[in-house]
Amino acid sequence: MRFRDTLKISVKGLSTHRGRSLLTILGIVIGITSITLVNAIGNSAKNMILSEVEGLGANNVFILPGKEPTGPTDAGGSILNNSLTIRDLESLKRKSNLPDVAKVAPVVFGPIIASRESETYSTMVIGTTPELFEIYKLDLSQGETFTADDVAQLSGNVVIGKKVADELFGQSDIIGEKIKFKEGNFRVIGVLEEKGQSSFVNFDEVIIAPYTTVQQQILGFRYIQRIGLTATSPEAIPGLVSDIKSTLRDNHNIEDSKDDDFFVTTMKELADSVSTVTDVLTVLLGSVAGISLVVGGVGIMNIMLVSVTERTREIGLRKALGATNSDILKQFLTEAVILTVSGGILGIILGGGLSYLATIVANRFWGLNFSFAIPISGMILGVSVSTAIGFIFGIYPARQASKRSPMDALRYE
Amino acid sequence: MSSENNMPLISVKNLSKIYETDGAETVGLKNVDLVINEGEFVAVVGPSGSGKSTLLQVLGCLDRPTSGEYMLEDKNLKDYSDKELAEVRNKKMGFVFQQFNLLPRQSVLENIKLPLLYAGVNEPERTNIAQRMVDLVDLKDRADFLTTKLSGGQKQRVAIARALANNPKIIFADEPTGSLDSKSGETILDFLQELNDKGHTVVLVTHESYVANSAKRIVHLRDGNIDKDEKVINRRIISKEGFKR
Repeated sequence: MRFRDTLKISVKGLSTHRGRSLLTILGIVIGITSITLVNAIGNSAKNMILSEVEGLGANNVFILPGKEPTGPTDAGGSILNNSLTIRDLESLKRKSNLPDVAKVAPVVFGPIIASRESETYSTMVIGTTPELFEIYKLDLSQGETFTADDVAQLSGNVVIGKKVADELFGQSDIIGEKIKFKEGNFRVIGVLEEKGQSSFVNFDEVIIAPYTTVQQQILGFRYIQRIGLTATSPEAIPGLVSDIKSTLRDNHNIEDSKDDDFFVTTMKELADSVSTVTDVLTVLLGSVAGISLVVGGVGIMNIMLVSVTERTREIGLRKALGATNSDILKQFLTEAVILTVSGGILGIILGGGLSYLATIVANRFWGLNFSFAIPISGMILGVSVSTAIGFIFGIYPARQASKRSPMDALRYE
Repeated sequence: MSSENNMPLISVKNLSKIYETDGAETVGLKNVDLVINEGEFVAVVGPSGSGKSTLLQVLGCLDRPTSGEYMLEDKNLKDYSDKELAEVRNKKMGFVFQQFNLLPRQSVLENIKLPLLYAGVNEPERTNIAQRMVDLVDLKDRADFLTTKLSGGQKQRVAIARALANNPKIIFADEPTGSLDSKSGETILDFLQELNDKGHTVVLVTHESYVANSAKRIVHLRDGNIDKDEKVINRRIISKEGFKR
């Protein structure tokens, strides 16, 4: 018998039990819906984080003091370490040491409570040089950044984030206004453009000042907590990293890399580890959703078995009229696969709709920059998984059906 | 107008069928010898439990005999696979059951097409044949009806049309009038006689003598064995009794 005819018979068989067919595929619909949802949200989250990373400068390289943390509980070491110095910064700026470096900027930071008249705002001050604005691609909506002269003269000129400006001033033209923190007076010379929530530093909520000023007037130390660099091109990053290491080892008289009192991390590494984490999470959640597919498959098998018993007479009749075992097997297997595939397609549509809703909710209520995307691979996965489930859980009932005797047409009342 | 000739169509020798349920054996047929020639109209009669339905099932290849030989035309069916038997049922045999056995929620035409479907006939041809068959049993105006909407007599006519779809040599009818009122029953017998006149061999199982008397030959079964095998002397020719269907 032709496949088209088998298909027709199966569709007819299913449509005569429409209510039951819908109930049967519910498990598959739910399973594929959750897989699609997890896949789409995981993908959106990954894309969002990666685009943020890119936005902060894909060519960026950071140097942190201390040993490289071996795990999440080992992060404390770098914060308390004072191994990076001004001398290191000067060495790194030299083209003879780092031919592939485009910009270098030192970073120091600490918590402060900024005030203006009666308004106060608890935030963080970042001390650096003008290069940092270029490394992090920070644009100003008003005024200008401080200069190298400001750094040299320990000036009190600062650039503030959009949110700091809103909280302390609540007005638009604030260039030249004064703010206070740690008993010092500072002058606002620039306001950063709004950047939105970022997973790393929220530049809307910081005050950026010359690092010399921050070191001496606020933090009271002379070392550097971070050094930010940017490479001339993505291809130059590996070379830059090894140049940095040898320069700093030279400065710190280190011979064995095991004794390093600093470590270098790149934006790319960060992006890779973020991708890995979201991928692992997606797979994990996806497998939980996958369990519901197995449950759905067992449900299909059950209903198909009931259906085979109930349709014993029909099967017997078909055989009496000349249907072979394989005709009957194909008929019931096709029914099962049609059920699971339509369940899969419904699930993809439903999952797509729900992830679209989730995107809207994430954007509107949490202010995240979530993009809606159902990966084609996810759709193909959904359809092929549901097809496979149809075959796996349909074969046993179909075999049972095919083994019925044509005598059943006469016997079974 | 008799199309009977002496070509043996069915020839069984020493045919036995023993059912085993929970270790207990029930004899369905015991050493049956029977020859049915092409063009015959045979009624199989006997009290219930005599094995007449079993005989029809074995002859109709719905069931395999426990022992004995079954020759259909010149083919020994002993070594036929399930698949080959399915083809034999499909191409050479037509079945009419007491309970009609139509697919509910499907149209008359759809039901008649079933054997054609399994014979691998393609679609436009299937509809052509089914329409001819539906015309043959005077149900042209009901062709697109669901079978559940038909009367018993009409249902049995659909079953006859279905049995004829692949133009089989033999028609097996198991109590075809058993669920019908007498007028509908007569119509069905009339159709069977007409088909026999056209050359189809008919094997009819019944327990009613007036039904059996419409056949040309009566085989009496008792306890799984042929008790008596006789020619019908005063055959009832339904259409000649002034019966209008």
